[in-house]
Amino acid sequence: MPARTLSDLRQGDEGVLDRLEVVADVAERLMELGFLPGVRVSAGRPAPGGDPMIFRVDGSEVAIRRATARRLILSDSEQVGEAGDYV
Amino acid sequence: MSDLQATSAAKVPPTGPKNSSLISLVAVVGAPNCGKSTLFNRLTGLRQKVANYPGVTVEKRLGKVRVEDGREITLVDLPGIYSLTARSEDERVARGVLLGEMPGLPPPDAVLLVVDSTNLNRNLSLAAPILDLGIPTLIVLNMSDDLRSRGGRVDGDRLAEQLGVPVIQASAARGEGLEAIRSFLSGRPAVRERLELPVLQDIGSRRRWAVHATARSDYQVPAAAVWTRRLDSAFLHPLAGPLIFLLVVAAVFQSIFTLAQPLMDGTEAVIAASGLWIGSLLPDSWFRDLLLEGIWAGVGSVLVFLPQILFLFVLIGVMEDSGYLARAAVIADRTMARVGLEGKAFIPLLSAYACAIPAIMATRTIESRRERLATILIAPFMTCSARLPVYALVITAFLPETPLLGPFLGTRAAAMIGLYGLGFLAAVATARLLKSTLLKRRSPLPFTLELPPYRWPTLQSIGLRLADRSLIFLKRAGTVILLTAVVLWFLASVPRTDGEAPEISQSFAGSVGRAVEPVIEPLGFNWKIGIGLITSLAAREVIVGTLGTIYGIEAGEEGPDEGSPGLQQALQQDLTPGAAVALLIFFAFALQCMSTVAVVRRETGGWRLALLQFAYMLVLAYFGAWMGKTLVEIWI
Repeated sequence: MPARTLSDLRQGDEGVLDRLEVVADVAERLMELGFLPGVRVSAGRPAPGGDPMIFRVDGSEVAIRRATARRLILSDSEQVGEAGDYV
Repeated sequence: MSDLQATSAAKVPPTGPKNSSLISLVAVVGAPNCGKSTLFNRLTGLRQKVANYPGVTVEKRLGKVRVEDGREITLVDLPGIYSLTARSEDERVARGVLLGEMPGLPPPDAVLLVVDSTNLNRNLSLAAPILDLGIPTLIVLNMSDDLRSRGGRVDGDRLAEQLGVPVIQASAARGEGLEAIRSFLSGRPAVRERLELPVLQDIGSRRRWAVHATARSDYQVPAAAVWTRRLDSAFLHPLAGPLIFLLVVAAVFQSIFTLAQPLMDGTEAVIAASGLWIGSLLPDSWFRDLLLEGIWAGVGSVLVFLPQILFLFVLIGVMEDSGYLARAAVIADRTMARVGLEGKAFIPLLSAYACAIPAIMATRTIESRRERLATILIAPFMTCSARLPVYALVITAFLPETPLLGPFLGTRAAAMIGLYGLGFLAAVATARLLKSTLLKRRSPLPFTLELPPYRWPTLQSIGLRLADRSLIFLKRAGTVILLTAVVLWFLASVPRTDGEAPEISQSFAGSVGRAVEPVIEPLGFNWKIGIGLITSLAAREVIVGTLGTIYGIEAGEEGPDEGSPGLQQALQQDLTPGAAVALLIFFAFALQCMSTVAVVRRETGGWRLALLQFAYMLVLAYFGAWMGKTLVEIWI
């Protein structure tokens, strides 16, 4: 079974981010926006049509395209990781 | 990702406390959406100077603020950034200014770090690299009114203790905390004491450092913005969302065309009347002619659009300050993605239906350089207001009005819609072309957009923004138009015989028109149209007045306009239907607007793209016009 990603979250669902499978520059930008490994992410209401998706992460709401969300892999466990002390 | 565990705190570089001296240059730094520009506008009023950093698309904004002892301090507003790495052009510029590496700017004596206090943990991450610079810093906890009203709090004094720099709670939108900021600026702030900073390259470690500092400052995260959730459930609703979006777009259109119209007519009347008045004051001379027919008429032809542009700036300002702009960008993103652009390009492109210049200025909200350049390069294809008088003249002259869809749509309106569509298609095709050629692989940053909570826009910040943007418009468009108008006037008024201006056909402009005639002859244009094409470089609708003059139309008090029957008859004699279509297509595609060229040069940081764009649109216009003419001739 392929790993679940942020794009699998439906509105209201939550998950813990495990890793970002994107090039370093993009990963850093996403991490600056709050998408840090170990952090809890919840899916907000997406844009009409389902893309871009909107996520509540780290105290704010961030829109990213579904294609980007597919590269953000969720952790199998619902446990907030060692980085849970971000928030 | 390098190891997140390596969080051992790095010591500050041994700069040591410098001898504190008076401040003269201050950099204003902050993340996007932190209210930095509002604060900058509040502090400086309109005493600002805007330019571009050489060779880049980033705006260089300097402003003056007067402090208690009467001295003036220069503030430099840096682009919104999340960190000081050099991934984007914005970050490179911010870094360059802070390190004193930008030509023409000394290193700043102090930094105002503006943070959104409703999301302090994230925003404070930027403090680490800033404090590491060893420049005296004031941290401004902005939007503290929002923080309080949503039940959050923070102990500013304790945060100051944690970070070793002064901290002020402020609300730029309401003007709270400005006095404290001024008093910081008038003092002699020292470099903060040595303090433990996180490993700067490690975002996770910066983030933990920030949480640590806020936790010790009694930071209470504010409750979720209830109204934002409620409004978003309507504005982003699968059905209501797009509907509201379309209503907003329609309202923007309606107001820039219908509501602004009386103001534009008024402006036109004022320009005409004041021209007559000045004319009556001055003795008859070449100088009077230059002033009236050259400068006044030329500058007036652009000033006429000012009311429309002001409307646009107000509407964009309200959307931006309220937070709706970000939602509109999200809604538009899916559609824009199809043509290879992103949602943030939507509002600039919408603005371009009024005028390409404010549109190009509005592309500053697009972070990715590639997306921004693409948007700038296609914006002039949108049917701007200056094309409408030209379209109206040619369509009325050549197309009889017959109903197509009962009372709803006639042939003339359909032709007009067709021309709008033509411009739009050219824009889409060009965007695709750019994405596969010139802008193929640059800026790998994907579309990301933070959705700020909704806020009531304040009158003052909208007013400041309006005044600020309009001044820039006038300065940028005004200087170019002045120059173009003077040059064109000279071309049309020399050589003089017996101190009299020549007939326009005998003037240099006439010679130029005749010189280009062989080139434009395949399009069915004669030298008279040629002169019109040249004078319309000042602003597209100028061709109407030029043709009026050339054809010797009895000028009424307001001069010939697109409605004059005489001008229409003259055109019917000089142009075949095929050539009329060619003229319409030429104006749909060609970049007949020197102000736009000048603004593109400014915004892209050089002549290269501006000239490329001009040449590309000219070639497209020429061949489009030729094809249009050929098709019409085959068809008839």
